[in-house]
Amino acid sequence: MTETVIKLEDISKQYRLGQIGTGTLSHDVNRWWHKMRGKEDPYLKIGEVNVHEKKGESNYVWALRDINFDVKQGESLAIIGKNGAGKSTLLKILSRVTGPTTGRFKVKGRIASLLEVGTGFHTELTGRENVFMNGAILGMTRNEITRKFDEIVAFSGIERYIDTPAKRYSSGMLVRLAFAVAAHLDSEILIADEVLAVGDAEFQKKCLGKMKDVTGEGKTVLFVSHSMPAVRSFCKTAVLLRNGTVAMSGEVEEVIKEYMMLGSNDNPNIKSFSPPLHIANNAQLHSISLYQPGKSIVEPLAIDEPVIIEADLELGEVPQGKYYHITYLFKGDEGNVLFISGSGMTDNISIDKPGRQKVKCFVPANFFNAGTFYISFQFVENRNKVIIREEDIINLVMIEGERQLGAWMGHAPGFLKPKFQWTNEPVITT
Amino acid sequence: MQEKHEEHWDIIVDAKKHRLSLNIAELWRYRDLIFQFAKRDIATAYNQTILGPLWFLIQPLLTAILFRFVFHGIANIKTDPIPGMLFYLSGLTIWNYFSTCFLATSNTFVANTAIFGKVYFPRLVTPLSKVISGLFIFGAQLILFLCFLAYFAVFHTNGFEIHFSIYLLLIPYLLIVMGGLGLGTGIIISSLTTKYRDLSYLVAFGVQLLMFTTTVIYPLPTAHTSRLLVLANPMSPIIESFRYAFFQVGDFNWMALAYSSVFMIVTLFIGMLLFNRIEKSFMDTV
Repeated sequence: MTETVIKLEDISKQYRLGQIGTGTLSHDVNRWWHKMRGKEDPYLKIGEVNVHEKKGESNYVWALRDINFDVKQGESLAIIGKNGAGKSTLLKILSRVTGPTTGRFKVKGRIASLLEVGTGFHTELTGRENVFMNGAILGMTRNEITRKFDEIVAFSGIERYIDTPAKRYSSGMLVRLAFAVAAHLDSEILIADEVLAVGDAEFQKKCLGKMKDVTGEGKTVLFVSHSMPAVRSFCKTAVLLRNGTVAMSGEVEEVIKEYMMLGSNDNPNIKSFSPPLHIANNAQLHSISLYQPGKSIVEPLAIDEPVIIEADLELGEVPQGKYYHITYLFKGDEGNVLFISGSGMTDNISIDKPGRQKVKCFVPANFFNAGTFYISFQFVENRNKVIIREEDIINLVMIEGERQLGAWMGHAPGFLKPKFQWTNEPVITT
Repeated sequence: MQEKHEEHWDIIVDAKKHRLSLNIAELWRYRDLIFQFAKRDIATAYNQTILGPLWFLIQPLLTAILFRFVFHGIANIKTDPIPGMLFYLSGLTIWNYFSTCFLATSNTFVANTAIFGKVYFPRLVTPLSKVISGLFIFGAQLILFLCFLAYFAVFHTNGFEIHFSIYLLLIPYLLIVMGGLGLGTGIIISSLTTKYRDLSYLVAFGVQLLMFTTTVIYPLPTAHTSRLLVLANPMSPIIESFRYAFFQVGDFNWMALAYSSVFMIVTLFIGMLLFNRIEKSFMDTV
């Protein structure tokens, strides 16, 4: 049986909203008065679940509420959740940057946190001095750093600049040096938060490799990331936070699935119209939906699988000689049309039969890049007349597909990322 | 399944327990960091200045000259038998160490929010490093004072003669008391300023006001009726002892020194208590 190395018991964290300072003194006095009489802190009873969108009753919110979980020796645990779910607060408490309001946690071994690499870097000091400075901040002794110095510098890949003041470094160099220091900590537990957001592809590969090594050595890793490919390739178990509570914990794939379905009551992949939208005298649109073959409609759309854009419409009597087509306009963040695609471009369909029908548009796998597209809908008569144009009828959100460990985890530029056919033919010279 | 024996945990954080836990062992493990911080403070203090570390000396020198001019020259406060320059320099050297410690530690939390917000180390490391980097500045200013002392001794200016006394051995102890006082009061202020910023305005000129209630600029006998006020300032006995060690004049007595020591221990204790409480939650209020 593996040992439990981190144990959280009813960890909660309360924050006070608004200006600190106004009325603080009166609250402090009140708190102290309750404490003197041996009563409970009156402000711990109030406070609400941390829902960002809604305005609450009181000025106190619970960023975390009764968090309980254990982490076993050698486990690599991902902590996932939407922005504001309490991930960072939890990591801050675990790395002892701030204390919990109630509850307690216990840890076996040393914790090193990479909450933000490069803490304490001073730009006037040289790279060498910064390595010692940063190492000491992270809890290494001078001897330890001296022993690992060459290794650290080699890992960072900036030997040449090591005696130059850090103010002459590029931001990439700073980050690499900082990560190199952090990666060589001799701690049993590593807390990492979005460290992969930095550096180029080669360096990211190095970092992930290093973190993989770390788990291989039997170290425990807590990993917070919004990059599902990174989480998938790196962690076996995960905890899902939602509004400050543990919504789910367990095997990583299951938790990711649950995470992706968060907020599925309000599924962004379907837009239904009731009453149906009038798109022509004789035509109504019931809904537009986006999904991937073989998957449910609530699942997010990955770029490495085909996407179906489905229009559910109903046609009345169609006058003689008339037929219709649908055109979609795909717009980017800035509102400019990136490209269009219409059923009128093909010869194999036309919309001319009365009754309810589903018009499907198949977008092949490996076509879109990850990102958000705003789709506008046009209903076209006889290939020459636009009857109606509904701007931004639905948003298409594409996410990254699964990637191999060691592949680059960042976001590629551009709105398309098609997989073309490539060949490599030797040229025979005579 | 019941655990038979108490399990060993390296870190236990409990919201309920607010005991005074001065973790010396942990502080010792971070000793390298204390020196790294101190080194950084000194190395980067006068970056991009032409005179560089000379500023450590120019500042007390100019102040002493000004005091000599205003208090000795215009206000005609006699410092006999000590030459005015030596009198003021000795006072300032000592006082500067206290005020450096005090001012530097009094904004511990506010000035280090960025770093404290990201990584854990015993927070006491930062104020301790200030007390140590202050020691370096004190050393430089002490040398300046000794140079003047040597000058006056060699040329017998104003008929000054130097005598070495056994009380010179007290100086390291005086330093400890001063450092402790600066640290204690500094961390009290820094703990309170996390929530109530008003104090940080008080600190800068408060230190100056405080100086006028010590014997930095006048010998104790000239204080007349305010003698008690001056003696109540725990820094006064230290300054007096320092002067007594070099000049064998002044108001030195063991009781006064004991008073300063007790004062230091009490402030340090209160400071630690507050600091301990605040370091757990200050990230949310600062």
